[in-house]
Amino acid sequence: MATVIELPVELFKGPVDPDWCPGCGDFGVLNGVKQAAAKLGIKPENLLVVSGIGCSSNLPGFIHAYGIHSLHGRAVPVATGAHLANTDLKVIITGGDGDGYGIGVGHLLHAMRRNLNVTYLVMDNQIYGLTTGQTSPTTNLGQKTKSTPQGNIENPINPLALALTAGATFVARAFSGETKHLAETIAAAIEHKGFSLVDIFSPCVTYNKVNTYPFFKERVYKLEDENWDTSDFHKSMQKSFEWGDRIPLGVLYKADMPTYEDGENAFKKGALVKQSLKADKDVFQSVIDEMI
Amino acid sequence: MQEVTIGIAGAAGDGLDKSGDTLARSCGRLGLHVYAYNCYQSIIRGGHIWLKVRIGAEKVYSHGDHLNVLIALNQDSIERHAGEVEKGGVVIFNSDKIKCEPTQVREGVKILGLPMSKVTADVVAEHGPLQAIMQNTVAIGAACFIGSIGLEEPTEVLTDTFGHKGQKIVDLNVGLLKAGYEFAKANVEPIHKDWKFSKKRRPFLTGNEAIAIGAYAAGCKFYSAYPMTPASTVLHWMASHAHKTGICVKQCEDELSVINMAIGAGIAGARSMCATAGGGFALMTEAVGMAGIMEVPVVCVEVQRGGPSTGLPTKTEQADLFQVYGASQGEFPRLIVAPKDIADCFHTTVESFNLADKYQLPVLLMSDLLLSEHPETVDPEVFTHDVKIDRGEMVHEWPEGKGKYKRFAFTESGISPRALPGTPNAAYVSATDDHDEESILISDMFTNQALRRKIMEKRNRKVENLLKELPAPVLEGPQDADVTLVCWGSSWGVMKEAAELLTAEGVKTNILNIKYIAPFHAKEVGEILSKAKKKISVEVNFTSQMARFIQMETGIKMDGHVNRYDGEPLEPKWIGDHVKRILAGKPLDLEVTEDEAKEIAYHWLRTHNGEKLRPVKVTRESANGHGEPTWNIEISERATGAAAARMKVGVSTGSTYSYEKLASEAK
Repeated sequence: MATVIELPVELFKGPVDPDWCPGCGDFGVLNGVKQAAAKLGIKPENLLVVSGIGCSSNLPGFIHAYGIHSLHGRAVPVATGAHLANTDLKVIITGGDGDGYGIGVGHLLHAMRRNLNVTYLVMDNQIYGLTTGQTSPTTNLGQKTKSTPQGNIENPINPLALALTAGATFVARAFSGETKHLAETIAAAIEHKGFSLVDIFSPCVTYNKVNTYPFFKERVYKLEDENWDTSDFHKSMQKSFEWGDRIPLGVLYKADMPTYEDGENAFKKGALVKQSLKADKDVFQSVIDEMI
Repeated sequence: MQEVTIGIAGAAGDGLDKSGDTLARSCGRLGLHVYAYNCYQSIIRGGHIWLKVRIGAEKVYSHGDHLNVLIALNQDSIERHAGEVEKGGVVIFNSDKIKCEPTQVREGVKILGLPMSKVTADVVAEHGPLQAIMQNTVAIGAACFIGSIGLEEPTEVLTDTFGHKGQKIVDLNVGLLKAGYEFAKANVEPIHKDWKFSKKRRPFLTGNEAIAIGAYAAGCKFYSAYPMTPASTVLHWMASHAHKTGICVKQCEDELSVINMAIGAGIAGARSMCATAGGGFALMTEAVGMAGIMEVPVVCVEVQRGGPSTGLPTKTEQADLFQVYGASQGEFPRLIVAPKDIADCFHTTVESFNLADKYQLPVLLMSDLLLSEHPETVDPEVFTHDVKIDRGEMVHEWPEGKGKYKRFAFTESGISPRALPGTPNAAYVSATDDHDEESILISDMFTNQALRRKIMEKRNRKVENLLKELPAPVLEGPQDADVTLVCWGSSWGVMKEAAELLTAEGVKTNILNIKYIAPFHAKEVGEILSKAKKKISVEVNFTSQMARFIQMETGIKMDGHVNRYDGEPLEPKWIGDHVKRILAGKPLDLEVTEDEAKEIAYHWLRTHNGEKLRPVKVTRESANGHGEPTWNIEISERATGAAAARMKVGVSTGSTYSYEKLASEAK
């Protein structure tokens, strides 16, 4: 393995400063991504950050790297296409709970079962922030929001359990109030070969008055502090439902499995964008001869 | 021109497409020209399938209006098609199982029943028992004699087809082919004897295959799709050839994913394509606008089928023009192109990749079920691996210290040289929010009207040069025509034949076929149409979308419209008859015909009575109290021929007014 040359974090400073609300959890995630990329020595030109639409999906604009700020819910397929076209790029998908677990959840499931070698960081604030405070797929049962003034009557999605059943090979949780742990978890996710999902508690200071920094600070603990066995699928599944007084952070599950890229014949000659565009004369003739 | 049309009719699962393929490839190897159309249903077994193979000494542009030889694989097919065979033609069938009465065919048509067990006895004795499907080969053998195609090429084609199954299977099939050929030789005369075989071997392929091959030639590296008729065969070709072509072929979870992946691949720099039908494209529309604002090259093939909604999944239509033209919110440049035939599918696909790259925009290539699924012989020199590849203005490196790379630089041409992710010092974000030259968002600024105006103008002025680069449409046929027929896309070939037919009948006709829809040659089209004596649009849709589009772009209104929206493709005589009616000042007449009344009866009987009964005789009645003339359809028992029922169907409305059981069936 090549020696990793760490890069300065400042190298990843974006062209504009974030316009998130002061205190937004997403600042912590942005810093976490920068620190992880710097630590892993991923040069800005080789980093592609892909998002959908939402407050957190503005992240690619705030980091010095290539980026795609795509459509609401479509970050995963756009990232998949870009990744398959150039497997030499390191692709990180960023977005919120509405983007990933709501409008885009169909794509997420399939990306996980494909075990694509990409990282997905979901800034989960359990609310729709950019649209000013409606219920989201992870909003608590009973919580009052703009679209559920009498209280939310739908059960929230459990992202970790969802990822486990869908076949993600790296499932973790982090909290933007725990910056060092967050950066380490992101780095581990990027280093993982296969699909990595990190659900990140990223409090919305404006529209979610329930799931606040103090709410999480009182409850979270780190799995690694308890020598958690990340290879046990069934125990991980059980653990993914732990919620209430104690909420686990860290890598819940990790498996070494063949990736989509391992099975795709087209990559045998390297990244698609680096291959010749000219059709092979003999192959071309053979496909015409088939028709005669 | 010397030509012969052979029809093969049966049920799904009868293997008639393979039989048609043997026949067509044989002709293709002899140097003859073939156009085939398979009229089928969205079922895997049963139903009715009708394959027409038209063979010509010169290029044939449609499945035509004629039928010379019918191969009927079941009784139903005799009932439906035996009467269509023209004088001098032959009806071929397995007489062990199927009957054809002299009353069921026109005068001068030969009934050639193949006593299958007798005809195949020697072959079976030598090579072993037959599967039912192999009897088709006997009928093909008979057709090869009647059509004067000979045995050499068909034998060669069967050998190539069955070679992988071993010599035994090859011998068996070739034996059956010869048995059918010899039986026909002993019993009927061939239709043509004087073909001149150039032996120029022409590939026989569909529009979808030509698009897929075109994509390979153009350097497509990423193809994504979700199965949907009639686009699926692009996916099948791509998947089955991926090991050779090296294209990354991705079947996705839905069409949203399909186009978003293709756009993602386009951003990263791979030439990418996707294909779908109208319904799938409806799901893709939001992403088309994303490609527009991000200025991403991507090729999206939209294959039209009968709509709206699920509509007619296996039938053809040209009713998605406005959907494609209006796809996605906002305004952005797009190229919409509708190739006119199979050779054009190849060239247009290659061109689409080049123009998508050069002008950094989505190319929407419009096809339809007819073009995508009908196979045709095409001159082999059309296909070459050595095509022009133009990636447009690219930035391959950006030295440090050169200043900020502007992904969306406000250039005169509107084209901003493109750097791909991975290029050092040129990092940028491709954003769906509107942005400035450096791709910094301006969407939430207070307030930057100038930047918004300038980025809009930059993007949209790309089409000025694009339009100049595209060839303008031209009139085909006599310049001093009495009538100009306006059509688009795949209708070109059949319209050409219809114009020749009309001209031969004394109505001097030319055609104006529209290939490039957006951007549109409004000036050139306006000049042509303003000089036309009469202008009639002919479209496979209900609302004359191209005629409306031309009126919007040029202010010129057609003098009449011919519309076909019954799922079947246009035919030369059908077009000619309707054009003549309109020229005579009459409205478009799409009343229920006698044959169609029979089809309505078939449908009603299948739904209510199963397969026991069939319509036998149809007569038109006028005074009947229904406010319109009706078709009186006499229905009899299939087994005995005894009169069983009578139904009345409105000539104008198609309404089933009554179904009356006769005493015999009531028991």
